[in-house]
Amino acid sequence: MEILVCIKTAPDTSENEININRDGTDIERDDLVYSVNEWDNYAVEEAIRIRDRVGGSVTVVTVGDEEAEEVVRREMAMGADKGVLLSDEVFNSSDGRGIASIIKAEIQKGKYDLILTGAQADDGAGQVGGMLAAMLNRPYASLVTCLEVIDDKKIKVGREIEGGNLEMIEINLPCVLSIQTGINEPRYVGIRGIRRTASVEIPVYGAEDLGLSSESVGESGSKVKRLDYFVPDPGEGAEMLEGSADEIIEKLIELLKAREGIK
Amino acid sequence: MAGQVFAYIVHKEGVADDTAFEMVAAAKRIDPDAAITAIVAGTGIDLNVVCNEIASSYQEVWKIDNEALSYPDAEVIRTLLVRILPEGGLIIIPHDTFGMDLAPGLSIKLDAAYLPDAVDIDGVDDNRLKAVRQEYSGQVSTHVVCDISGGAVITVQPGAFKAEKTKWPGGQVVDKTAQALEVGFPATGRRFIEVIEAEVGDVDITKSEILVSVGRGIEDEDNLEIVYDLARAMGGDVACSRPVVDAKWLEKSRQVGTSGKTVKPKVYMALGISGSFQHQGGIKGAPFMVAINKNPKAPIFQAADVGVVADILDFVPELTNKINGSRSRLET
Ligand SMILES: Cc1cc2nc3c(=O)[nH]c(=O)nc-3n(C[C@H](O)[C@H](O)[C@H](O)COP(=O)(O)OP(=O)(O)OC[C@H]3O[C@@H](n4cnc5c(N)ncnc54)[C@H](O)[C@@H]3O)c2cc1C
Repeated sequence: MEILVCIKTAPDTSENEININRDGTDIERDDLVYSVNEWDNYAVEEAIRIRDRVGGSVTVVTVGDEEAEEVVRREMAMGADKGVLLSDEVFNSSDGRGIASIIKAEIQKGKYDLILTGAQADDGAGQVGGMLAAMLNRPYASLVTCLEVIDDKKIKVGREIEGGNLEMIEINLPCVLSIQTGINEPRYVGIRGIRRTASVEIPVYGAEDLGLSSESVGESGSKVKRLDYFVPDPGEGAEMLEGSADEIIEKLIELLKAREGIK
Repeated sequence: MAGQVFAYIVHKEGVADDTAFEMVAAAKRIDPDAAITAIVAGTGIDLNVVCNEIASSYQEVWKIDNEALSYPDAEVIRTLLVRILPEGGLIIIPHDTFGMDLAPGLSIKLDAAYLPDAVDIDGVDDNRLKAVRQEYSGQVSTHVVCDISGGAVITVQPGAFKAEKTKWPGGQVVDKTAQALEVGFPATGRRFIEVIEAEVGDVDITKSEILVSVGRGIEDEDNLEIVYDLARAMGGDVACSRPVVDAKWLEKSRQVGTSGKTVKPKVYMALGISGSFQHQGGIKGAPFMVAINKNPKAPIFQAADVGVVADILDFVPELTNKINGSRSRLET
């Protein structure tokens, strides 16, 4: 099976506090630790497992600047066979639809049976997979947490819906799926693995290579634009307990007892 | 002024989802004078009950009735919506697991803008819709503008808009089945098989009065011990956020949130949990919430009653000791 996984570089939010820069135009990026978007990592792991079961190859593709090459190498170290970077100044500030059009152009150069994305990334939009499927006229299923290959024409997947219930569906290949966390346990990528892929040549394609006009992507092609970043007014918010650890604990126990929080 | 505004109604077993009424509020934030039309797909008595229920909140209700719609398939609904929606219309959809399946592709098929997961809307100015979204699991917010001149698909975060149940005199139910199915039932490359209910675990956290809930901040499976100790000291049960389940440190049946359990305890301790809307969506009944997090800006502090900025790995064992200490003093 030929599998393509769309991946994105994202700040690791479990490692970083996200702060806003002084004029609210962006988040403070200087000290951020970047990695592959959490959801995408599960998607790549799933792709590798499918390939190991039924054969074929796994390609990872990302839209980004030169630094985005890092996540491509990381996922190749994990076991993806090929990596592609789609990079061009005119791609900057693309909205979800713009990103989907760029990836679509790359997809049409190949012949993929299965296209995977993460269910969402750092912006919480969860849009590229569904858009891609609609652009390519292929069936789509989001939030997939289990997957079984039936034959080379169809697969069976479970979508995790409200309450953690599983919606089981059969879906024809070629198709697009968005992968939800928990579908597998992504393997650890050691420094050695990353070193192994450090010198692999990663092809880079720009708008011209992909046959994209600069008006269709980037800022000019975007219908949705971000104006600023801000921290919402905390409103009422919590009563913050302050003082020494002992004082805080004493106060907290008092409050909990008053609320029958300690039986 | 915005074009016509529609809302896609999610419903189950004859009851409209809460978002049905939240979308009324969202639509009014787009345009207070907008005529809002609800679209409901389904079949039989359940469908009629839902249509009647929401007819008092929407000026018009479009229903699509077909046996094959008894379980909603986003691929089918997408095609039906493309068939009946007028050009340039705005459609609001809940940003839930169904909306996430339906909406992005719908925006492509309608050639309309897509505004995902809005938490607030600031009106429309010259075909530019201004809205608020969240990024980085709710740690920061952004203002976005969306060009709606060619229509738009807008998903709204469940719970973000305050439900509006103001009654309209005589919201009309219009049967759109014939128009939607005129060219036949949509063929798709996807077939629904069944829903498998989530497994029941050893503890039913939906019944617990005291929940000690732990998130990714616990860092390592071995550290869970301190959470069990605190739960024991408080006489409560251990629950968790999704990443703890994804890592297989606790069973799925202990996960609180939209894709986990909905709990209604009296007291909820959130330890090392950032407070994403999917997590908070599973906490009902306004419990007394205590958040302990090392990041003073964690969104959970906006929802909690009491907050402590601390490292749970240090703070939790100390808290447990003091609780146990004060108890043994009482008992002797
Ligand atoms: C469709 C869908 C459904 C979902 N359903 C659910 C659901 O049902 N339930 C759910 O929980 N999530 C759900 N999620 C995931 C959700 O979006 C968040 O990713 C998740 O809730 C984050 O969990 P967390 O707060 O434990 O982790 P994080 O967001 O990583 O937060 C960890 C927190 O711990 C703090 N911390 C770190 N170390 C320490 C320390 N030593 N001491 C104190 N604090 C510390 C950090 O400051 C941070 O605030 C869903 C997502 C999607 C897309």
